[in-house]
Amino acid sequence: MHAESEIREPLILGNKTYHQISEDIVRPIEGKATKQWYMLLTLATICFLWGIGCLAYTIGTGIGVWGSNNGVDWAWDITNFVWWIGIGHAGTLISAVLLLFRQKWRMAINRSAEAMTIFAVMCAAIFVVLHTGRPWLDYWLFPLPNQFGSLWVNFNSPLLWDVFAVSTYFSVSLVFWYTGLVPDFAMIRDRAVKPFSKKLYSLLSVGWGGSARHWSRFEEVSLVLAGLSTPLVFSVHSIVSMDFATSVVPGWHTTIFPPYFVAGAVFSGFAMVLTLLLIMRKVYRLENYITVKHIEYMNIIIIVTGSIVGVAYLTELFISWYSGVEYEQYAFLNRATGPYWWAYAAMMTCNVVSPQVFWFKKLRTNFAFTFVMSIVVNIGMWFERFVIIVPTLCRTFIPSTWNMYHPTFIDVGIFTGTIGMFFTFFLLFTRYFPVIAQAELKSIVKSSGQEHKEKAKHHHAH
Amino acid sequence: MSNVTIHAIFDDEEPLLASAKTLRSNGISIKDVFSPFPVHGLDAAIGVPRTWIAICAFIYGLTGLSLATLMMWYMMVHDWPTNIGGKPSFAYYMNMPAFIPISFESTVFCAAHGMAITFYLRCWLVPGTKPKNPDPRTTDDKFMMVIETKEENRSNIESMLKKDGAIEINNSDFKYRN
Repeated sequence: MHAESEIREPLILGNKTYHQISEDIVRPIEGKATKQWYMLLTLATICFLWGIGCLAYTIGTGIGVWGSNNGVDWAWDITNFVWWIGIGHAGTLISAVLLLFRQKWRMAINRSAEAMTIFAVMCAAIFVVLHTGRPWLDYWLFPLPNQFGSLWVNFNSPLLWDVFAVSTYFSVSLVFWYTGLVPDFAMIRDRAVKPFSKKLYSLLSVGWGGSARHWSRFEEVSLVLAGLSTPLVFSVHSIVSMDFATSVVPGWHTTIFPPYFVAGAVFSGFAMVLTLLLIMRKVYRLENYITVKHIEYMNIIIIVTGSIVGVAYLTELFISWYSGVEYEQYAFLNRATGPYWWAYAAMMTCNVVSPQVFWFKKLRTNFAFTFVMSIVVNIGMWFERFVIIVPTLCRTFIPSTWNMYHPTFIDVGIFTGTIGMFFTFFLLFTRYFPVIAQAELKSIVKSSGQEHKEKAKHHHAH
Repeated sequence: MSNVTIHAIFDDEEPLLASAKTLRSNGISIKDVFSPFPVHGLDAAIGVPRTWIAICAFIYGLTGLSLATLMMWYMMVHDWPTNIGGKPSFAYYMNMPAFIPISFESTVFCAAHGMAITFYLRCWLVPGTKPKNPDPRTTDDKFMMVIETKEENRSNIESMLKKDGAIEINNSDFKYRN
């Protein structure tokens, strides 16, 4: 067993035995769903269905039903795509990067954060698929020979890199998540009494038994997948940023984009993890596993990444002035003082100013305040993507193409639909899947459980 | 002399590890251990060899890299070279920087999926198979050691197991596969 310093705060509160951990994790699955769960699911499903309606209308009519126009040809679609894919990044960061750094506090949150990643990437994919205009021809994005001769896809284009990056990211995250779930499904299978759930979890647990050889391979697979996912997650948002950075549009053509996008992605992703977990820990009574310490750690990451984002915003402003290129200068002047100044102001307030309050320990350990802040950050990060895309495109090189952008009912509908889809999937996940990696938690209860830590402390004192 | 299979149940990892060490030092081999979570130090104690799966992943990764290189060379340089934005595709090395992202993604894709498939097949974790643990409690809070031995050694082994803290000892004819 691994001993841990006694000044480290316990990660599992109360006196938990292995069996009690199983009980606590399985409770939402074996118990009856609450009224709130049904209400939330209904609300989320209505939003989802509304989104499907708007999506069907878009496909049937064409993307003329969106607010995008000749100048502003990327608008809500790409804003939402970048926003969702950014949110996904926290899941991989928690499960892969924190695994490599041997951060035990990840174990209570990695499962739901990875689920969030997968659902968020699915939402992002909807916008990529739709924004091509003729989604039934989206297989053209793949390197297939076409009927006109062997004209291939353009491997020099970041848009194609994106196809490869996002599909790799999605499928690898899914495999990582599922492999981690297998031992936990087996635990549910072995205690299931109802024939249907026995059958379902038998199927899902693929016969896992926890033999020593299998655990040894399992741990190696987790470690190597974490090692592969870590550069992968950085590459994905770097490549997303190159969709902009390799263009010649002033305001986009900057080398700072990849690190700036990655920091922003982690920032917004952690905010979304907080939004979800703060509700989940209460509804499913997981307060002993997702503790104030976990929330504090995540808030610290919010300050760090929020500050990186802040420095990036200021660097952009400085470099645009220092470059002496008047187009660059105008792009940023226009963002801050042009027709969309309010979006810029919202972005600056939500992303740069507000996370700094987490320097106060009182605030970063306050659940209600953290919940509000997590939503503020996500609004801010949505505006960041909006500011990068819309105000830039509405004032490009030729003033005669200058154009305002207004979202339509359909734009709003599809976005609401993706939020509905995200929450529908997440609610179903919390009901039928083990929301905490219980096998991992059981391996740290002796080193990081409250009862065991206190015992060890007493032992030392005597 | 007939062979017997001993199932020893422990309720924690320390007695399990201690017992594994005692048995091994007495020259008794342990067939397998089933546990609710990976017990660190157990592999060495019961003599599980280090897995090769990471090396497989490396080979899959190299395969992915080679396939991506071949694909991009064939499509962009060999089969239909096009001049895109004043950047002609004359030779692979000239376009190389633009090919790095997809080379990387393809490496990761093949390494991750190849390794996952190898893992599931090597452990024979496929939908529809029976649970591999003989006792359902081993995914919750119990640890089970499986020893295959001759009938004459049985009482000796059982007393060693009891001394090190096994809470339950059964004999069984459960069929194992690794």
